[in-house]
Amino acid sequence: MKKPLSVRAAGNIVLVVMILFSILPFFSMFSAAIQPQGSMPEGIQFTAHPHWENFVDAWNMANILPLLKSSTILVLVVVPTVVFCSALGGYALAQLRIPGRGIIYAIFLIGLTIPFETLVTPLYYEMDGLGLLNTRWALILPLIGLNLSFGIVWMRSHFEQMPRDLMEAASIDGAGDFRTFIHIQLPLSLPALSSLAILTFLSTWNQFLLAVVLINDPLKRTMAGALQSFVGTYQTDVVLLNAGALLIMAPTMILFIVLQRYFIRAMLAGSVKG
Amino acid sequence: MAERSSAHQQSAPAASSIDGKLAANKRKEQIKRAIRGYLFILPALLFYVMFELWPIIQTVWYSFYNWNGIDASTWVGFGNYIRVFTDSELFSSIGHAFYLIIFFSIIPVGLGLIIAALIKDVKSQMGKGFAQVCLFLPRVIPGAAAAVAWTWMLADNGTVNQMLKAVHLGGFAHTWLGDQSTALNAVGVIGCWLQLGFCIVLLLSGIGAIDQSLYEAASLDGAGWWRQLFAITIPGLRGQISVCFTMTIVAALASFDVVFMSTQGGPGTSTMVPGVQVYRLAFQQSRVGLASALAVVLMVMVLLVVGPLQRLIEGKKEA
Repeated sequence: MKKPLSVRAAGNIVLVVMILFSILPFFSMFSAAIQPQGSMPEGIQFTAHPHWENFVDAWNMANILPLLKSSTILVLVVVPTVVFCSALGGYALAQLRIPGRGIIYAIFLIGLTIPFETLVTPLYYEMDGLGLLNTRWALILPLIGLNLSFGIVWMRSHFEQMPRDLMEAASIDGAGDFRTFIHIQLPLSLPALSSLAILTFLSTWNQFLLAVVLINDPLKRTMAGALQSFVGTYQTDVVLLNAGALLIMAPTMILFIVLQRYFIRAMLAGSVKG
Repeated sequence: MAERSSAHQQSAPAASSIDGKLAANKRKEQIKRAIRGYLFILPALLFYVMFELWPIIQTVWYSFYNWNGIDASTWVGFGNYIRVFTDSELFSSIGHAFYLIIFFSIIPVGLGLIIAALIKDVKSQMGKGFAQVCLFLPRVIPGAAAAVAWTWMLADNGTVNQMLKAVHLGGFAHTWLGDQSTALNAVGVIGCWLQLGFCIVLLLSGIGAIDQSLYEAASLDGAGWWRQLFAITIPGLRGQISVCFTMTIVAALASFDVVFMSTQGGPGTSTMVPGVQVYRLAFQQSRVGLASALAVVLMVMVLLVVGPLQRLIEGKKEA
């Protein structure tokens, strides 16, 4: 079936325009970032002598290395905890016939669409009360709690689709619930678990509001949260500001490009289920 | 589905339990199983209750008090809520949030539908793969970083003005984010950029699942491109469209990162949105009660929008 030429041409043109629109802001930042420091760049301009050393300066001034370390610590604690707790809980809600599972599930559902702005004030005073304000725990604990509502809903719907016979066969073999879970259910759930890990990674790494409110020291925040103090300091220096902001974005962009298939699958499925 | 099958499985052993002792044993076993089940869910429940459910309850609680965060609080009943709806600055921030839905939601979904329908016939798989990565980029970076990128794009000597000058429309050049009359629309453009690519890819994935023979039959009947869009594509994408609307409307109503990093709500209060206002009230002006009332209003707004849309999605699944 041939489509009319005009529609096919329009499709190709629109595709190219959309690609350009999506990457234009990055390109514009990059262009500004390689201009001489202290100069006033104008939009996107061609430079015969790109100043690559700007990135080195911005690397040091934005404290990229400590920030990377800080964000990595947050992710390494939050993501495995969320994935493991979600898998356990989702499994219980879907496969173990516990009384009241409908209510428990509904409680988790409530959290799915609550904006973080609604929670941030009480969280601040809660963390203050626990004496954790301005420590990494002030960010880690809420991020675990807040990501769990999606995690539970996600893993429950995954385990609902798993055949019951599997568990029954294992329990006839004399395996306990926990052993069935670890040795049979978890290995079969790797795709769902890895998608959940990717989504939790993104929401932790990109977390802004909580990081800004709960941790004063930019070096203990997420990369996104640190951006706020960096921008505050270098507001007037367009060149360094853009170089630094690009560096702050780079880790997620690189990881995304390397693992694009998994990211795209996770984000598409995640939005449909969430 | 799950409810029915489990009820069925429970009734079978219950009917055959003639021997009392056996039944008692069975009961004990069941209780044990239930306890083990609760142990599975306990860690998640603990974290969730402590750091999500409890704060929600606390926000509602705070919203009935006048409190500066340090001294004793005083009960004011619905005073803070009345304030939210009568104070012009607070109320206009809610208005802005709804206005942003045009840019965050209606334009990306509408445009996304047309673009997705056009792209679906593009043959080049490599082109499509590359496009997918590019279209996803805005969603992968933090919203705060997107705001920094666009603050530069929309600056006085930024790329947008440069492009306008290049096509001899320099007269329209603006300090987009710094001018009261254009700032909110400029913030909207950032939101549109954030949402559009993702909507397109999501809608495209739905189009892939539509039966191609429908299109062939429609062309044979002489239906044009627009006719096919409205008669086949849009009805076939009902689920994806509601998902897009849900996500983007929530992003518009609860926007924080983008506004906070690009304009801080200014100039004046021309781009103030509830999210930034809550932050300012609670952490810069120490009006915790008022901030909480606004936060509760924001939460209710989101739930009121998401609820009906969610029903639409569920309806689609059953159909």
